[in-house]
Amino acid sequence: MIALLLAQTIAITGGTVYPVSGPKVAEASVLIRDGRIVAVGTNVAIPSGATRIDAKGKWVTPGLIDGAGQLGLVEISAVPATREGSVQGDTIAAAFNVAEGINPASTLIPVTRIEGITTALAVPSGNLVSGQAVLIDLDGATIEQMVVKSPVGIVADLSESGKDDAGGSRAGIPARLRQVFRDALEYERRKTDFSRAQMRPLAASAGDLEALLPVLHGRVSLIALANRRSDIETALRLAKEFRLKLILAGAAEGWEIAGAIAAAGVPVLVEPMDNIPGYDSLGIRYENAALLAKAGVTVALLETDTHKSRNLRQQAGNAVSYGMTWDQALRAVTLSPAEIFGVADRYGSLEPGKVANVVVWSGDPFEFTTGVEHVLIRGKEIPLKSRQTELFERYKRLPPTY
Amino acid sequence: MRSSLSLLLALVSACASAGGRTHATPGPAPAAAAATRPAAAEESTSVARPQYPSTYARHSNPPVVIRNATIMTATGQEIPNGSILLKDGRIVAVGMKVDAPADAVVVDGTGKYVTPGLIDDHSHLGVYAAPGTDAESDGNEATNPVTAEVWAEHSFWPQDPQIPLAMAGGITTIQALPGSANLIGGRSAILKLIPARTVQEMKFPGARYGLKMACGENPKRVYGRRGGPSTRMGNMAGYRAAFIQAESYRRKWDAWNKDHKGDPPERNLRTESLAEVLRGNMYVQNHCYRADEMAQMLDLAHEFGFKIRSFHHAVESYKIADLLAKEGTSVSVWADWWGFKEEAMDGIQQNAALNQQAGGRPIIHSDDPSGIQRLNQEAAKAMYAGQRSGIPITRDQALRWITVNPAWALGLDSIVGTLEPGKMADVVVWSGDPFSVYSKAVQVYNDGWLTYDRADPAHQPRTDFELGQMPAPGSDR
Repeated sequence: MIALLLAQTIAITGGTVYPVSGPKVAEASVLIRDGRIVAVGTNVAIPSGATRIDAKGKWVTPGLIDGAGQLGLVEISAVPATREGSVQGDTIAAAFNVAEGINPASTLIPVTRIEGITTALAVPSGNLVSGQAVLIDLDGATIEQMVVKSPVGIVADLSESGKDDAGGSRAGIPARLRQVFRDALEYERRKTDFSRAQMRPLAASAGDLEALLPVLHGRVSLIALANRRSDIETALRLAKEFRLKLILAGAAEGWEIAGAIAAAGVPVLVEPMDNIPGYDSLGIRYENAALLAKAGVTVALLETDTHKSRNLRQQAGNAVSYGMTWDQALRAVTLSPAEIFGVADRYGSLEPGKVANVVVWSGDPFEFTTGVEHVLIRGKEIPLKSRQTELFERYKRLPPTY
Repeated sequence: MRSSLSLLLALVSACASAGGRTHATPGPAPAAAAATRPAAAEESTSVARPQYPSTYARHSNPPVVIRNATIMTATGQEIPNGSILLKDGRIVAVGMKVDAPADAVVVDGTGKYVTPGLIDDHSHLGVYAAPGTDAESDGNEATNPVTAEVWAEHSFWPQDPQIPLAMAGGITTIQALPGSANLIGGRSAILKLIPARTVQEMKFPGARYGLKMACGENPKRVYGRRGGPSTRMGNMAGYRAAFIQAESYRRKWDAWNKDHKGDPPERNLRTESLAEVLRGNMYVQNHCYRADEMAQMLDLAHEFGFKIRSFHHAVESYKIADLLAKEGTSVSVWADWWGFKEEAMDGIQQNAALNQQAGGRPIIHSDDPSGIQRLNQEAAKAMYAGQRSGIPITRDQALRWITVNPAWALGLDSIVGTLEPGKMADVVVWSGDPFSVYSKAVQVYNDGWLTYDRADPAHQPRTDFELGQMPAPGSDR
């Protein structure tokens, strides 16, 4: 049975294909076998046994990637029993990996994927160091089947809210992080001493320090939340001091120092439709994503509200409204997040060898007129059903039949 | 993004007459049109003194004619290559051929769209102002489950930097509501969204107050450990007790008002607001998510003889759309919010469309300083979600969801909400189809006054809050 499924060959034919890695191709086909893309183009030989999806007049893109939210980690925001995204009692929760909190049966997953989002970052929240974010595909009966990469990065809060766990001052945040980072490196050098209790007390638990080592060795990213310009600069400074692989998240005032961010080679995760000023981000504005991209920063666009992850395409459309090119915006919800999260060898574009996360749209994916016609995750066609479509079917004629 | 927490885990802060004619001829003279302003609320209550009157005054402006645009009237018409003339705060003419006076400012509308000014009947601008600290948290008087005595206008801060953002989204009128912590949260403020020093200057002249009520989880969460209510049945008992008091209060005052004999009854602000609802002078604006609870609230309204003007949020209204249509209660809903609490779990994208299909009066509201900037986009999502599910929502219907339907919920549909001669000149010029994600409001006229112009920084008002601490649009700092 499994072998049979794996052997499935699907051909999406005749659509306008947006590979993202290259220019769009009209009347092209995407051939998928064993969950992978095997060919893309106008001269693809379709095997006789292939299942055909007619995409004539349609747009074909990679599945969209939302680099934010807590899909699988939250069911009902106001019900703590259904929230798994943060851990209590550990302000440096570096060892907290959210993967085993993911609920593959979450109703949010079908709701989101049938709107063309196929992959998302599940991100821990709270604490000065929140924990480890993991990238998941929005299909699979088990956590193992869903996880694309774990961890993608360790999240640290360098914004206003991080102060709570740093003595109440912004200056306390990098001070605390430096201490933790140094202790992690010392712990690594002196594990024997540590196990013999011959070390002074460390700034975090051994497990959390251990978990930070891949970050300190540049193998795993530090995802730093920072909005105020000075906080972004602090993140850049820390990254330089400890030679970290940094990802900036939020970066509301990033546009003010876009050149410096670009020069540091640091990518940024931005929510385009956010422009409500607070003391953490008085310079917040709609043009942030466009100005960062223009300066040469690798930008990924976000929808941060987990229940609204399906609105990632509205976020992208609004980014275009405020100055991104359409091509930049499409890249910023596909290939750019794949690059930022270190999975561009498998995700983010329609190219032979890549995982077959593919969406067939009735038109421009960012436009409200457009509907999703087909969603494939790892080469499997996803039924366009969710709890919400069931509710609609029940109540579209009143009174309902129970 | 108020905090980094909301970056990766956004927390929902929400308390949570189709005319069909093309008007090619000038409409009634502005003087005549002025008669369509709402009649002042019937003499009532307990006092003859002025009660916090509006000081709103129209800004004088030259006439404006917008030519060669697609005019979406919200009365069933979409006029290509149309024109519209605004004069003395009124719409004078709409149609294919419109004569304009020689002194009229001519706006080239080529490629552009014109709609009525958008109306958000559920906003907390000014009462939950940015920058969002405790100092600006003035929306919930969470000290008693019934606070009908508080008025949102007394919290409203005209320098909220979120106001210009909403103006740039084409909003011309809002209902600023108290929050939903309380069973009865207080009076709403119906405001023209214009730059002003005082809330009085923004108060929509003659508009009736709304009374904010809230069902369900919020009141019982807030008061469950503070003396109640702690259950939904407790909520119901709370509303009933309040209205029983109001009936008695109303009887006493109505009797005294007949002959003014003897000492007047003692004045009570709380019951006075409720008595105004019973007299039909104030509209009930009811935060309520679940279908079964809305049905309970309709029973409450029947028991005390008032009407619920609109159920707000109403994420399950599609389940009882027939009942609501029959009752004549509108629904103020989101396009696609759901899941932030249990009573919001059954939200579906076809909610507005199903209410329209059932003959109801859907409204797309924001309840959000971000969403209010894109009410057109929210209406678009809800319209296309309906269409894709086989519900034939028209563009005009969807436009009405954000114009004349919310105007109706506020009792202002004879004055604003459509592009018809005689109506107040609340008009938005869009860069393209307002239902496209790529379109933006380029000009906003409020009572004929150009309050926002995307091409002209002189018409991009900035609040005091912004000066010296927020960069001006399009500039560095």
